[in-house]
Amino acid sequence: MRKLIWLAAAAVAVLGAAAAEAQDTPRKGGSIRMTAPYAASFGSLDPHVTPRAQDDIVNKAIQRTLYNWNTSANKLELELAKSVSVSADGLTYTYKLRDDAFFHNGRKMTADDLIFSYTRIMDGSKGYPGARYVRLIKGAVDVEKGQAKEISGLKKIDDFTLEMTITDRVDPGYYFFAGTTAILPKEEVEKGNFASNPVGLGPFKFKEHIPGSRVTTERFDKFYKPGKPYLDKLEVLIMAEAAARDVAFRNKEIDTSILGPAQYVAYRADPQLSKGILEVAEMFTRAITMNHDSIKPFQDKRVRQAINYAIDANLIISRLVKDKAYRATSWLPPSSAAFDKTVKPYPFDPEKAKKLLAEAGYPNGFEFELTTSQNESWGLPIVEAVIPMLAKVGIKLKPKLVEVTVLTELAMKGDHQAYIGSNLTGPDSLATLRCYYSKTPRTACNYTGFKNPAFDKLLDDAAQEGDMAKRNELLKKANNLLYDEAPVWFFNYNKAVMAYQPWVHGLQANPTEITHQYPEEIWVDANSPAK
Amino acid sequence: MLIVLGRRLANVIPTLLAVVALVFLLFSVLPGSFISGMNEDGRSAMDPAVMERMRKEMGLDDPLLERFAKYVVNIAVGDLGTSFRTREPVTKMLSGRIWPSLKLVMAAMTFAILVGVTLGFLAALKPGGLLDTAAMVGAISGLSLSQFWFGLMLMYLFALKLQWLPSFGYGDGGLRNLILPAIALGVGPMALLARTTRAAVLDVLNADFVRTARSKGMSERRVVEWHVLRNALVLVITIVGLQFGSLMGQAVVVEKLFAWPGVGSLMVDSVFQRDMPTVQGCILMIVLFFLAINTLVDIAYVVIDPRIRYR
Repeated sequence: MRKLIWLAAAAVAVLGAAAAEAQDTPRKGGSIRMTAPYAASFGSLDPHVTPRAQDDIVNKAIQRTLYNWNTSANKLELELAKSVSVSADGLTYTYKLRDDAFFHNGRKMTADDLIFSYTRIMDGSKGYPGARYVRLIKGAVDVEKGQAKEISGLKKIDDFTLEMTITDRVDPGYYFFAGTTAILPKEEVEKGNFASNPVGLGPFKFKEHIPGSRVTTERFDKFYKPGKPYLDKLEVLIMAEAAARDVAFRNKEIDTSILGPAQYVAYRADPQLSKGILEVAEMFTRAITMNHDSIKPFQDKRVRQAINYAIDANLIISRLVKDKAYRATSWLPPSSAAFDKTVKPYPFDPEKAKKLLAEAGYPNGFEFELTTSQNESWGLPIVEAVIPMLAKVGIKLKPKLVEVTVLTELAMKGDHQAYIGSNLTGPDSLATLRCYYSKTPRTACNYTGFKNPAFDKLLDDAAQEGDMAKRNELLKKANNLLYDEAPVWFFNYNKAVMAYQPWVHGLQANPTEITHQYPEEIWVDANSPAK
Repeated sequence: MLIVLGRRLANVIPTLLAVVALVFLLFSVLPGSFISGMNEDGRSAMDPAVMERMRKEMGLDDPLLERFAKYVVNIAVGDLGTSFRTREPVTKMLSGRIWPSLKLVMAAMTFAILVGVTLGFLAALKPGGLLDTAAMVGAISGLSLSQFWFGLMLMYLFALKLQWLPSFGYGDGGLRNLILPAIALGVGPMALLARTTRAAVLDVLNADFVRTARSKGMSERRVVEWHVLRNALVLVITIVGLQFGSLMGQAVVVEKLFAWPGVGSLMVDSVFQRDMPTVQGCILMIVLFFLAINTLVDIAYVVIDPRIRYR
């Protein structure tokens, strides 16, 4: 009997050691079941057609773009090119493309594929969402307007060398890492049913799509990163209902899940589940955007600052958002190179707020209408907490409830006094800050109508500056100036939270969108129940 | 019979036209459009030039009447238009959803009929008995349950606790994945059927012809099988038809909860994203299904009760 116990103990020790080892070196094989939480279906598997975050979850497995976001280094890097050289004026980029990238149909990628894909996106009759990025290339606008058939700024030097001339001194990486600019094979697109049978350069090839249920993909053996992907199979399961996702995750039917505030609290409190939580400060800034053209008080910096002093943002974040957010200390998110870590948030100081209001000529406060959606993290529940706080300093707030879908439309029309919402604020800091540039029209994201010559000057200088480090310094100044000017109420940066099963490894804390995983890095232990 | 079908068909077209017109009108007063909806969470920035082009491509700027006329003409030749978000024909999107939807609705109805009618029937045979009380308490609870909550409880019990069935998803489309959503969807009609069957059977049991049958010495078993069941069935079939027909539309919540790829979940998603051609297609589908089931019920009446005639 004793012998048996010793044997069992030895076996456990050996197994334990093997398991420990398995934790360190990626294991080949197995499969993963990821979830798509944002809607009850996918828009399209043709990446050029849809800009939705939900669709890009699948596209990251099947498709590839010229650049990608390296989460561990927190920066952009070349994906489909091995190197790039930039001309002295910073406008001509010569890419040495990969000569080992194959489409899933077996054909090697060449410069022609990039030219085809970018030209397709500029098809003026289609309105592909990626056009906003490709428009950076010289001559792309002419194709969009139907005045040219080819983009003049794209030149094929040889099969694996591409010269790209751009119109602005910006880093094209910010433009060509977007999923809507994926490189597609012409012969497959021209078959006419690309969305039902997508072919790409990604680590996984398309196998099956059951609309409204799931997409299944399989390992692509000729993927260009040696030894990757590790997984044999990757499934993306559609699960729009948070409560159902919770049951499925606890039941080990899915390997990753996205958590809302309520579940975040429950998972953190659970000794087992709390071990598998991935958190990241995403590039979304939640704010009350004041329309400076709508009512006079908003034109006064002191009034806007008073609002920032009068609301106890920390309290709202801890009580209502359940700490599933980081306090915003500027418009740009912490992952931006132009973010200033030394900046302190506006303290909660109603007295100071009252003083500022009195100085601005509103000792008895004023009234404004705040448009809001039902969203639990940046909608009506938050507004309900803000109302009494602002009332204490004399500001009367009238909430107006609309559907999320309507918010953007309203902001573009300028049909609001103020609205609360979530704003994409990265990774391109220059483009993000341009939303406060006085010459940016309202329809193109200047929803405040903010006008400040000093801010404009900083942005102009930054756009002219070729040295990226210096440019970031200028952007940092602009960002800090914006925080002081307080064109909005700075609320928080989204803390995206993904729960994952203990056998899953290699997930990336991607600040551009946590569900966007480069799946070639992911591997699973042998004890994963997924088949 | 042919006349019945013909008259039905003649009724279908104006009904459909009215539905289409109503949806068109509702969507035209609804704030928000597909294009602004693409940026719903601030995650998918769009630029004005692209938005402009998309509006043009989708014909969103055309006058309402013109769009409506075009749509009606296209429907006449079986073209339901192109989805805004997938840029694929709506007919193609719908065709993938019909079979899962039908499967779910039929499974739910089978569950409802088997359990509901049996319970109601047994309850009526001994009114006031233990089974009767239990069945009617169950039926009333079943009627007042929220599908969402009940579905979650089913998941919790049968998937998480007992590990018998998968909690969600379509799987290979087989029975294992179908059971839980079918029960969640079927519990409402089941309860209603149990109550209706009980009432109908009780009614018939007290009828003169049943007394006559008994008094002429027929065995109780034969009385129930031959006279009671058949006569009670007319009322039951009516409820079955009504419930069955509207079930596809009611499946929205269950489909979303269980991530079941039916017409209902497609419709909700399309409404949120203002993908109008798809919403139209889904609604047409649901209405057609309702009308088809009701036609079948009308035919069933004639088969069960030869006294019923359509003129």
